Amino acid sequence: MKKLEIIVRPEKFGEVVSALHGAGVMGMTVTDVRGQGRQRGVVHYYRGAEYRVDLVMKVKVEAVVPDALVEPVVEAVCAVARTGEVGDGKIFISEVLDAVRVRTGERGDLAL
Amino acid sequence: MVVLLAASPALAQETGKVDAGDTAWLLVSSALVMLMTPALGFFYGGMVGQKNVLATIMQSFFLLCLVSVQWVLWGYTLAFGPDAGGVIGRLDYLGFQGVGQEPGPAPSVPHLAFAIFQGMFAVITPALITGAFAERMKFSAFVLFSLLWATLVYDPLAHWVWGGGFLQKLGALDFAGGTVVHISSGVSALVAALVVGKRAGYPGRVSPPHSLPLTVLGAALLWFGWFGFNAGSAITSGGLSASAFVVTNAAAAMAALAWAFTEWLLRRKPTVLGASTGAVAGLVAITPASGYVAPLPALVIGAVAGVVCYLAVSVLKPCLGYDDSLDVFGVHGVGGTWGALATGLFASRAVNPAGADGLFYGNPAQLLPQLFGVAAAWVLALVGTYVILKIVAALTGLRVTAEEEALGLDIGQHGEAGYNFGPPIFAGGAGSPGSSVLSAGKEATLRFSSVEGEAPRPETTPGGWPQ
Repeated sequence: MKKLEIIVRPEKFGEVVSALHGAGVMGMTVTDVRGQGRQRGVVHYYRGAEYRVDLVMKVKVEAVVPDALVEPVVEAVCAVARTGEVGDGKIFISEVLDAVRVRTGERGDLAL
Repeated sequence: MVVLLAASPALAQETGKVDAGDTAWLLVSSALVMLMTPALGFFYGGMVGQKNVLATIMQSFFLLCLVSVQWVLWGYTLAFGPDAGGVIGRLDYLGFQGVGQEPGPAPSVPHLAFAIFQGMFAVITPALITGAFAERMKFSAFVLFSLLWATLVYDPLAHWVWGGGFLQKLGALDFAGGTVVHISSGVSALVAALVVGKRAGYPGRVSPPHSLPLTVLGAALLWFGWFGFNAGSAITSGGLSASAFVVTNAAAAMAALAWAFTEWLLRRKPTVLGASTGAVAGLVAITPASGYVAPLPALVIGAVAGVVCYLAVSVLKPCLGYDDSLDVFGVHGVGGTWGALATGLFASRAVNPAGADGLFYGNPAQLLPQLFGVAAAWVLALVGTYVILKIVAALTGLRVTAEEEALGLDIGQHGEAGYNFGPPIFAGGAGSPGSSVLSAGKEATLRFSSVEGEAPRPETTPGGWPQ
């Protein structure tokens, strides 16, 4: 069981969700996030004063999937979220010890 | 306006003296109509995604400024200068020269009051169109388009209907601008939506309205301003302005109910956006009729407007597939056309002796000039807008880049964000880790825990911000 933290451009979010559904992932947690990578920020102007905004808006999708689904999900997400420009995002993959479905008490992959 | 210009020789002969009551009401009405344009900005601004809220409000606010200047310099004289062949006004009033404190075209108010009241109509009309190309038009293209449109479409049409042009001579009734304001902007919006093209992701993946409370605020302020728009168009303060005031309120209320109940019936839930849009549709439809109809016919005009405009935006638009983003055509084009025709049905000389009787008052012939007025406005708007957009496309291009459309027009075109909520988003300067003003020379970098996971540790913990 692995957790995927998928950080993508906000405008790609809809396609990423469709890709996850297509790969068989139905459950996810989604957050609006701001962060910093290699993508340059933008400059705001307020009454003549310039502010550089280094944090860039992104959407983070967290999904926990069975091991066998990791590669297909990664491929599917990259296929839709990639523009080739800096700022397409990241996917972090980590081990998950266990999962519990609160309603039934099921554990492990059964709880996903 | 038509009333006075076309059909009050009695008044004109009687005086040329400024009436205090008429002038007071007309100036208040001008201020009411002025408020409608920023109100439209709120109405539209709430309906777009949050990354485009400022750009959308800016288009209305900017037109308040741009057309106000254009109106003084050359707009007013093109629309209301002495008639040249029934088509355009002569340049006698260029720069408001000769527009003075003595009564002008209307017998009882200063020429200046008449001119500024008309100016507020010229301001809001191109602003209405902006809803069609929201969230994708370049600001430079919008400015150029609006200036050309105000000069080449609005000013001539205002002359045709109100300034002594051929439609006025034909007897087409348009009390407060159903043809001049709403058909012209609504039809132009349709052309603009088709020429500029759909937003990226339309229809499945565009942002829903980001702030409906803002939209309801805008609709409410539009309704408020519309009392000046319609009741002010009497250009007198008295029975006729009271009549226009009452029918305006009745039609707006009825249309909001009609839209909400239609939705309730067909989609199971009455929506807030529907009720507020319905009110605007009713205001649009009653506009040309507001000085000619009684309250009961006004309820009918409003009810039909609510249902027909609802069908136009929820059935017609998806069927035809154009992206008129904020439904300018469905509300103003369709509602305005219905209102102009309804004027030919429900107008009554009992309400306004200077007007005419409509079909239901024994004069089916009134429908003809109404139809002709509608057709003329449609043709001018279709052709004029298409040609102007093609010119602008060649000069500046129409759309922002795909990247900028994704980023949002607020940052892309204006360098601002509508809502700076959450943790401070600015790179920190020495001594003020929340924000830094680069132009003050304090460029320093403060790194948050980075999405790349390889940045230095944060110098300030989240939550520890000084602001």
